Amino acid sequence: MSNILIILGLPLFGFIFNGIVGKFLPKSIVGSIASLMVAIPFFTAFGLIGELGGNDQLSINWKAYTFLTLDNVPLMVSFTIDRLSIWMTLIITGVGALIHLYSTGYMKEDEGFYKIFAYLNFFVFNMLLLVLGSNFLMMFFGWEGVGLCSYLLIGFWYKNVDFGKAARKAFVMNRIGDLGLLLGLYLIFSNFQTLEYAEFSQQIAAGNYSPNLLNAISILLFIGAMGKSAQIPLYTWLPDAMAGPTPVSALIHAATMVTAGIYLIVRNQILFALSPFATEFIMWIGLATSMLAALIGLKQTDIKKVLAYSTVSQLGFMFVALGVGAYSTALFHLTTHAFFKALLFLGAGSVIHGMHHEQDMRFMGGLKSKMPLTYWTFLIGTLAISGFPFLSGFFSKDEILAATYTHGVIPYTLLLTSALLTGVYMFRMFFETFHGSYRNEKWDINNVHESPMVMTIPLIVLAFFSVFGGLINLPKYLSDSGALVNWLHPMLPIMEHHEIEHSEELILLGFAVLVFLIAFIYTRGVFLKKNTVPSDKETGLFSIMRNKFYIDEAYQLIIIRPLEVIGDLLHLVGDGIFLKFFTFGIHPILLYVSRLNKRIQNGNIEFYLLYMIIAVVILLGVNLIFF
Amino acid sequence: MQLLNIFNSLDISHYIYLSTVLFSIGMFGVLFRRNAIVLLMCIELMLNAVNLLMVAFSEYMGDAQANGQMFVFFIMVVAAAEAAVGLAIIVMVYRNTRKTDVSFLDSLKD
Repeated sequence: MSNILIILGLPLFGFIFNGIVGKFLPKSIVGSIASLMVAIPFFTAFGLIGELGGNDQLSINWKAYTFLTLDNVPLMVSFTIDRLSIWMTLIITGVGALIHLYSTGYMKEDEGFYKIFAYLNFFVFNMLLLVLGSNFLMMFFGWEGVGLCSYLLIGFWYKNVDFGKAARKAFVMNRIGDLGLLLGLYLIFSNFQTLEYAEFSQQIAAGNYSPNLLNAISILLFIGAMGKSAQIPLYTWLPDAMAGPTPVSALIHAATMVTAGIYLIVRNQILFALSPFATEFIMWIGLATSMLAALIGLKQTDIKKVLAYSTVSQLGFMFVALGVGAYSTALFHLTTHAFFKALLFLGAGSVIHGMHHEQDMRFMGGLKSKMPLTYWTFLIGTLAISGFPFLSGFFSKDEILAATYTHGVIPYTLLLTSALLTGVYMFRMFFETFHGSYRNEKWDINNVHESPMVMTIPLIVLAFFSVFGGLINLPKYLSDSGALVNWLHPMLPIMEHHEIEHSEELILLGFAVLVFLIAFIYTRGVFLKKNTVPSDKETGLFSIMRNKFYIDEAYQLIIIRPLEVIGDLLHLVGDGIFLKFFTFGIHPILLYVSRLNKRIQNGNIEFYLLYMIIAVVILLGVNLIFF
Repeated sequence: MQLLNIFNSLDISHYIYLSTVLFSIGMFGVLFRRNAIVLLMCIELMLNAVNLLMVAFSEYMGDAQANGQMFVFFIMVVAAAEAAVGLAIIVMVYRNTRKTDVSFLDSLKD
């Protein structure tokens, strides 16, 4: 209980403290308090690993109090630390602490310095609430809380109208997903009379529930995940969310918040394992998302937009893993992705910082010599995500590919294509940014500077984990079984069996390496040797990709315009006719009646007395006649 | 003796009629006369009509402790105080407006 209190309480304290008095404190104090409030929970959680490692059924529970009672079912504010939630806690607080440290450098010049740390702390609190809650209610609170923080942080520079709109878009898109999630929770509550994960899973495992019910619940929960984890059709908010400061993009929109949907599904493994239709649906959605986002990412010129589409695409990979039933693999990829994507975002932030807030790759190039540390760490991140052998992303992606292969060859081929595209867009971005000639006319290249220590240290730490992160879950051909699989095994009662021959596995491995090599050689030829510069003007299919397949425009046309027309119509009828009648139609009548009444009050006492007497006579008369 | 006989032949209804007439005269006086002093006099008339009724009922009900008749004295005291205050107001109004006609005093309107 005290551990949970520390892990949850400190970020909340940091939020309240910095939110109230941060304005009056020097920046160094604000930054270090906020970073400590995330770092201490990390070490607390780290200390719990030994305890949980010794006993595989152990979970630390804390029932704080009953939030409310519905139909005699108490809805508890309760928390649980088990092997799954401690894993998520370590990622959130570990990556979170590094990003807090990084922000102290990145946001140094910003006047909202205390505010961003207050928001970031609040975000960490909500995210921990989401993963530590022992029931759907707590998860929902955290789910909404992180949505709020995401909104606040995307619109952090709210004076720019477009950024404010991006924040609003993210909020509304998430709202659509949340509706699905809420409906799912209602279905669970009305059919199972509980919102506790443990009881819910037990009931499903024990009882014979109709597959339709389970499929419906799964799909509704997945719709919530679609919103939060940016899957088709609700993904369009994530690229726009890049309006926020870069550390925010790294923490919220790459490493932690967007993985909430994956956590939700892993947490309810039994439900999803028993809903074959829903999992098949999840796989195809994930597949389509990973393809579409990778294609769009190929032609973006904004360095953060490329990373955003890459995130959407990688989240698609995770959902494919969930869809084919490889739950621990999804969590493995989530972990390695948190490392290398946070690294890439922070590296991009370092570039943006060094380039004085220039984000467009068309105006970069040749930064290798000026920013050596950023260059090398970014290279590691790029290699990790594109699947350079034996880096973290290689292992996790390879496991997903292998699991998909056992499911079917067509999904496997499509996913392999996505992996190829991943390599292409990542190396394109890498070469455009750091190699070639410097193309910015606003700033002389001598003005470009390497970032300060507080920003490069997190880069180095994350680069270390991006390289060696794969060791936590080595594949079968290198060790008997992965550490992460063993760690999570008690949490995932339904066995994952992906029986695959060693020889087949090695062939798949060969394909993965081949895909990496093709991507590398192709991009090296096009972008490094020929020095192709990305441009706005593309032709044919490339133009469509550059314009994001016109998805935003299609939503505008299909959904937003009709809604606006309906809104206008209702405005006309409701406001123009109905309300206008009641406001402007009734008041003349009232005015006329009161003008008549006004004459009674003429100021003469005799008349007042007369009225009184008449009234008394009437009252007495009524009394006489009726009583 | 002749006179006493007249009193004996009166029953309660006669007293009620008389005080009703007196009260009505007072009431209509208040309503329709303009002069403030007449108004005060009419109010006295109404009060005295009530007093008369009170004494009559007290006798009629065989009120041994004469509570009703006691009350008459209270009413008389209040009436006297009211007349004193009312007359003082009228004097002040007259000094300010040179009028005792209440129909011109309509500043309550605003």
